[in-house]
Amino acid sequence: MFPPIPNPSTTDTAPRFSEKDLIRRSASTVPAPEQQQTEVAKLIDVSKCIGCKACQTACIEWNDTHEEVGVFAGVFENPPDLTPDMFTLMRFSEWENPETNELEWLIRKDGCMHCADPGCLKACPAPGAIVQYSNGIVDFVHENCIGCGYCIKGCPFNIPRISRVDNTAYKCTLCSDRVAVGQGPACAKACPTQAIVFGTKDEMKQHAEGRIEDLKSRGYANAGLYDPPGVGGTHVMYVLHHADQPELYSGLPREPRISPLVEAWKGITKYAGLTVLGVAAGVGVLHHLIMGPNRVTEDDEEHAEELTEGDGHGRV
Amino acid sequence: MAAYDVGPSEKVHPGKPVVVDRYTVGARINHWITAASLILLALSGLALFHPSLFFLSGLFGGGQFTRFIHPWIGVLLFFSFFGLFLRFWKANLWKREDGTWLARIRDVLANHEENVPEVGKYNAGQKFVFWAMSVLIVILISSGLVVWDQYFSEFTTVEQKRIAILVHSIAAVAIIGVWIIHFYSAIWVRGTIPAMIRGSVTGGWAWRHHRKWLRELVTKSGGRSGSKPAE
Repeated sequence: MFPPIPNPSTTDTAPRFSEKDLIRRSASTVPAPEQQQTEVAKLIDVSKCIGCKACQTACIEWNDTHEEVGVFAGVFENPPDLTPDMFTLMRFSEWENPETNELEWLIRKDGCMHCADPGCLKACPAPGAIVQYSNGIVDFVHENCIGCGYCIKGCPFNIPRISRVDNTAYKCTLCSDRVAVGQGPACAKACPTQAIVFGTKDEMKQHAEGRIEDLKSRGYANAGLYDPPGVGGTHVMYVLHHADQPELYSGLPREPRISPLVEAWKGITKYAGLTVLGVAAGVGVLHHLIMGPNRVTEDDEEHAEELTEGDGHGRV
Repeated sequence: MAAYDVGPSEKVHPGKPVVVDRYTVGARINHWITAASLILLALSGLALFHPSLFFLSGLFGGGQFTRFIHPWIGVLLFFSFFGLFLRFWKANLWKREDGTWLARIRDVLANHEENVPEVGKYNAGQKFVFWAMSVLIVILISSGLVVWDQYFSEFTTVEQKRIAILVHSIAAVAIIGVWIIHFYSAIWVRGTIPAMIRGSVTGGWAWRHHRKWLRELVTKSGGRSGSKPAE
C-alpha cells in the first residue's frame, strides 16, 4: 500500500514550480533553471485496475471539460477515443493467454506519458506553446498554441487532440496545477484500488519493484515496468503483467521513439533547407555583382527592326 | 501553321523600337495572382517552418490566423497556377535546341548569349522553372491536404501525416529555390519585367533572348520569310 496523498491544507501555498523551472520551451530556448526539481511520476499498475473509470470522471471534473454525450459503439471504451475534452481513457482489450488458455481482461489507462524527450514539443512551431518543467511535467500553454496539429505528428503515443472550439491542442497536464500545490493528479486521487499512484519518480520505481515482485510470485513471470528509454523514460509509467508484450494493452508501443520522419523534418530539413535558400540567394547577388546585368544592346534593337522591316504590313 | 510556342495574341509592331506583345492582360493578371499567392505562402509557411522565422506570422495577424490562412492561399495558388499551366504548357514543351542551350549554360550565365542556339518563346531555364513549379505545386497541394487538419485530419493516419509534412517542407524549400531562380532571372535579364507588367517587350529583347520566337512572329504576320494570307 502506497501512502495516499494527504488532503490539501486550507492555507495559501506558493506554487512549487513555475516558468523559472522550464527546461524546454517549444520553438525557443530557455535559460537553464537555477535548481533541478525532483522528478515526479504517476505509476499506473494495470494489474490492479478494475476498469471503473473513476479516473476519467475525476479528470473531467477537475479539468472542467464537457465531453459530449456520445453513442454506444459496442465497446467498453467511452468515449471511443481520446478527445480534446477527454484527456485520459480506459482502453479495454480481451486477450486469450495461450499459455493458460484463460481470458485476460487487460485494461490500460491511456493518456499523456510526459516523456523526458517529448516529441510534441520537438515538433511544435509556436514559441512557448509546449513547455517542460524540470520535474518532468510536459504542459500545453493554450494562449501560445496555434492549432497546427504538429504535436500530434510528433507524439509517439498519439495523445494530443485539437479542439474544434478554440483550435488549440489538449492533453493530460499531469494536473500540473494540483502538483504545483503539493497535490497529486485528480485521477490518482480518485482511484479506488490504488492502481494509480503518484510521487517522485524514484519512489514510483521503487513502489513498482514491489508490485512486480508480487506479480511474479503469483505467476506473471514477465511482469515489469514500462518506462521506455526510447523517449528518455516517461513520467507516467505502467506496471504491466505482460511487460514483454506491451502491444497487448491496446497497442502500447513496444519501443516508442520520436519518429525518424519527425526527426528529419525538424532536424536536417530545417537547417539544410534554410541554408540552401540562403546560398541560392547569395549566388544570385554574387552573380549580379560579378557578371552584371544582361542588357539589350542598340545592335539587338537594330537587328529586330531589320527583321520586321520587310514585313508586308510594316512601315519602313 | 503557327509554331508550338506562338500564341494568337502575340504580335510584332514594327517601329523604333520594335514592340512585341508577349502576354495578354488575362495572362498578366493570372501571373500576379499566382505570384502574390506564392509569396504569401512562402512567408506564412516559413513562419511555421523555422522558429527563427515565426515572427513572420505577425504579418498575418498571429500564429492562429497564419495556420488558418496558409492552406486557403494554397488552394488559390493551385487554381491560379492551373490557369497559367493551361496558358503556357504548350510553349514549354521540350525541344531539341533546349538541350544544347542547357549544355552551354556557362555562356548564358556569362552573358554570352551569342554562343547559344536561338530559342523560342521560352529557353530551357524558363522551361525548367515552369515544369519544376508545375510538379512541385502538385506535390505541395496533395501533401498539404493531408496535413490540413482542420478539415481532413480523419482521412489519414498519423504516420501518413508525418510523411506528408516532411514531403511538404522539402517541396516548399525546393519551390522557394525555384522562385529565387525565377525572380533573379527577371532582374538580371533587363527588359524582362515589362513583359509581365505592360505585356510587351522590345524587339531587341526578343532578338537577343528569343530570336526563334521573334522570327516565328514575323513569319506569322506575313514577313519576309512567310507567305501572305489571302486578302
